Amino acid sequence: MLRIKEYIRPQSLEEAYQLCQKKGNVVLGGMLWLKMQNRSVNTAIDLQDLGLDKIEENDEEYRIGAMVTLRQLEQHAGLERLTHGAMAEAVRHIVGVQFRNLATIGGSIYGRFGFSDVLTLFMAMGAKVELYNGGVMSVEAFTHLPREIRDILVAVIVPKDVKRAAYQSQRNASTDFPVLTCAVCETDEGVTCAVGARPALAVCVKGLPADAPEETAETVTEQLQFGSSLRAGEEYRRRICRVLVRRALEAMNAQEV
Amino acid sequence: MEIKLNLNGRAVTASAAPDTMLIDFLREQGCLSVKRGYETSNCGLCTVMMDGKPILSCSTLAARADGHEVYTLEGLQAEAEEFASFVANQGADQCGFCNPGFVMNTIALLRENPDPTDDEIRAFLSGNLCRCSGYESQLRGIRAYLDSRK
Ligand SMILES: Cc1cc2nc3c(=O)[nH]c(=O)nc-3n(C[C@H](O)[C@H](O)[C@H](O)COP(=O)(O)OP(=O)(O)OC[C@H]3O[C@@H](n4cnc5c(N)ncnc54)[C@H](O)[C@@H]3O)c2cc1C
Ligand code: FES
Repeated sequence: MLRIKEYIRPQSLEEAYQLCQKKGNVVLGGMLWLKMQNRSVNTAIDLQDLGLDKIEENDEEYRIGAMVTLRQLEQHAGLERLTHGAMAEAVRHIVGVQFRNLATIGGSIYGRFGFSDVLTLFMAMGAKVELYNGGVMSVEAFTHLPREIRDILVAVIVPKDVKRAAYQSQRNASTDFPVLTCAVCETDEGVTCAVGARPALAVCVKGLPADAPEETAETVTEQLQFGSSLRAGEEYRRRICRVLVRRALEAMNAQEV
Repeated sequence: MEIKLNLNGRAVTASAAPDTMLIDFLREQGCLSVKRGYETSNCGLCTVMMDGKPILSCSTLAARADGHEVYTLEGLQAEAEEFASFVANQGADQCGFCNPGFVMNTIALLRENPDPTDDEIRAFLSGNLCRCSGYESQLRGIRAYLDSRK
């Protein structure tokens, strides 16, 4: 059970940042993950008054505020076009509509969950995070930061140079956590493939060719490490990886640039 | 702390602890249609509308609803009655415990998409667990309601 002594809605990012420096205080995203924890919180910091619930765009990029929900990502026409449907495919299996109306992109990326569908896709797209204090860095670099950092994730930035993209995941049962996630994305620099739920955190392999999906799937699988968990064994994940990478590349190759 | 919200169309002011969940706040306000299931954000029993969107009241702090509009099934009886009898006619209400959450999310579905396909109905309602019906009778009920309007 989550016990909270005080609840605050800061009126500026600076105020939110200062509050989150204190051990025992916690930033709320959609609160779905936090709520599963058994802990005591001094101050719960709710970012709802800071206007971080919008998806904005310019010629080069989409800027997704930290409080944008997974449902907003799923229904956004621009992201749908940019990712050829991969955005909606990555989130549509996550529990249900009511859940996705609450879960945020900020909490999903900041949590750096191994199983994350969301992290896998944003990593493959070369997305960046904007931290209030830590500045802008790639999602990939962010996953290597120590977990102890206390910062505010302000926005996630998606470059518009995505030409084609596809998403695949495998679940033991519908709406369960995935046993493997896979996203492929083509830009001018070639194809990037991210694989998550290994069960460890997503990692990506860059500079892949778009053709020869069978061989490329083999190459990616050989480079990655897999493990066993309650949901699937190491060898099962390795085999599934070959299949998902191949299917994702085939789906991407069928798209028009 | 003091919470002011619009609940089922009327202004409500009440006090709640910072960690009171919306489900408990709403039940204290007499909205007993809001049911508690697994409380792991998985079952959809506690579904209410906040600012017109279906959300899980077991996973939302009451404090977060301050300044917002919340509707429970008590406030949406007329909209629910339109299709509820079609669902009952198909035997989809068995123990009935999941019913309020299911009805709330069906209202949300039909507001967003008044003429959904079967797959769209299944996808939208995938966060509403029911351990009696196997879901087919619920789907038949919604389909019968949609067909009756054509
Ligand atoms: C039952 C269940 C099933 C799930 N299934 C899946 C699944 O199949 N696939 C999947 O990808 N995900 C799944 N998830 C994870 C879910 O999609 C979200 O990623 C997760 O709930 C975190 O998002 P949130 O907005 O709820 O964050 P919260 O729980 O509010 O926060 C998570 C962490 O991030 C911090 N935080 C939040 N926002 C910020 C911010 N702006 N700046 C700094 N720190 C911040 C919080 O302090 C906390 O430490 C599941 C979660 C649950 C509870
Ligand atoms: S009681 Fe809220 S999702 Fe089950």
